[in-house]
Amino acid sequence: MAPSDRRSGYSRRAQYTTFFSYIAGVLGAIVGAALLIVSIVNPSAFAQLRGAAADVTETPGRITANGRVAGNGFISVITGYFRAGSQNAELRRELKEAQIRLAEADAVADENRRLKALLGITTDKRPVAVTQLTSSTGSSTRRFATIGAGSANGVAAGMPVRSKEGLIGRVLEVGASTSRVLLVTDTESLVPVRRAKDGVAAFAQGRGDGSLQIRLINLGINPLRKGDIFVTSGSGGLYRPGTAVAAVVEVTRDGAIARLLSDPAATEYVLVEPIWAPTAKPRVAPPIIGQDTSAVP
Amino acid sequence: MKAFRFQSSPRDRFRKRINRAPSPLVAHAIPWASIMLGSLVPPWFVIASAPLMPPVGFLMLVAWRQLRPGLLPVWAGLPLGLFDDLYSGQPLGNGVLLWSLAVIALDVVEARLPWRNFVTEWLLAAGLITAYIVLSLGIANLSGGFTAFQIVVPQIILSIFLYPLVGRMVAAFDRFRLLPFRKVS
Repeated sequence: MAPSDRRSGYSRRAQYTTFFSYIAGVLGAIVGAALLIVSIVNPSAFAQLRGAAADVTETPGRITANGRVAGNGFISVITGYFRAGSQNAELRRELKEAQIRLAEADAVADENRRLKALLGITTDKRPVAVTQLTSSTGSSTRRFATIGAGSANGVAAGMPVRSKEGLIGRVLEVGASTSRVLLVTDTESLVPVRRAKDGVAAFAQGRGDGSLQIRLINLGINPLRKGDIFVTSGSGGLYRPGTAVAAVVEVTRDGAIARLLSDPAATEYVLVEPIWAPTAKPRVAPPIIGQDTSAVP
Repeated sequence: MKAFRFQSSPRDRFRKRINRAPSPLVAHAIPWASIMLGSLVPPWFVIASAPLMPPVGFLMLVAWRQLRPGLLPVWAGLPLGLFDDLYSGQPLGNGVLLWSLAVIALDVVEARLPWRNFVTEWLLAAGLITAYIVLSLGIANLSGGFTAFQIVVPQIILSIFLYPLVGRMVAAFDRFRLLPFRKVS
């Protein structure tokens, strides 16, 4: 039984109020269902509305982003003290190895540059914008994040977003000063990748829980091993080849489960890169048709 | 719980209450504002790679409806759900539909059930939270995702156990809402 102040009793007015508020509630549900159908049929239908909403909350989002990064740093400083000794020795050894590798990589990069210059390929790697992740969806199973750069900064839909460590996602919807990013861990995200050391081609699909499913393109004996690094292959355009994506943590029957190399939670700044679309320039000039007919008598 | 007590000594309490009344604006705005903050603010503090965070806005809506059944109108799910949709990442309309249905369900149960206590309220909230998260998963999958069910199980458990805490938070908001700080001439 409802409390006495909410029982309508014989009051006609109170009865009508209750009745109409129920009608309004049911109408709300119907409006919701209609909106839902529209946004499922056309997912970008309300992109402008969402973009405007994200723009409004950009400033507090940025402030908390700074606080979040500082908080992460504080925790890692504390844990760093506990593992300082053993980590120091390990890092020294790794650093020595890395210095040798780096020298070799410099030589390869130099050679690459010369070969590319020979072929006339331009590699403009300047990012469109450098910004921060201001928020991400926390309770939805879809994985979107918001970055603090939008169409005012030259960001357009489809541009890849990466951090220093690797690929994070791609721009899905653009507002004036913010954009919505589809993270690579979302189940709708599909990134063409290859194994860094030998180029085994695969797709990396998000699983929604922070890991990626690596699906091999050539099925057969599974060549993957734990610890394999995958980078973007650049096929299909969109993602520039050679961006680090994930490391294999578990080999499955027909592929592997991989862990993302750049944890979005720990990244301070992200780079928005231009869409990478290799355009094959025609080498031979097309024949001019007008001249052709005049040559024939 | 001392921090939530706004009047410390009885003497203070009477001095502050005489000739004062709660501000109607604050009293009516706080439920709406707190639910909207529950939808808006939590995603700022963590960039999550898995859906672990409880839907705080929804938990607050249920808590307000259970604490003060008549305060939010039955149609409150429409505007509040729409606001949640703008920031939640779910397809737009998800919140409008499910929040409206949740408010109606709460209202119907509240009108029919002859008694209420902590356990029944929690059980009802747990059922609504589970239904909300599972249906949200289904709607997200309809709109292009392929997320497996087991990924939301930790979120459901976490949300159910966090609900009483959200209830306490809403109770604190409610006490603040009715503080008599407006002078009556």
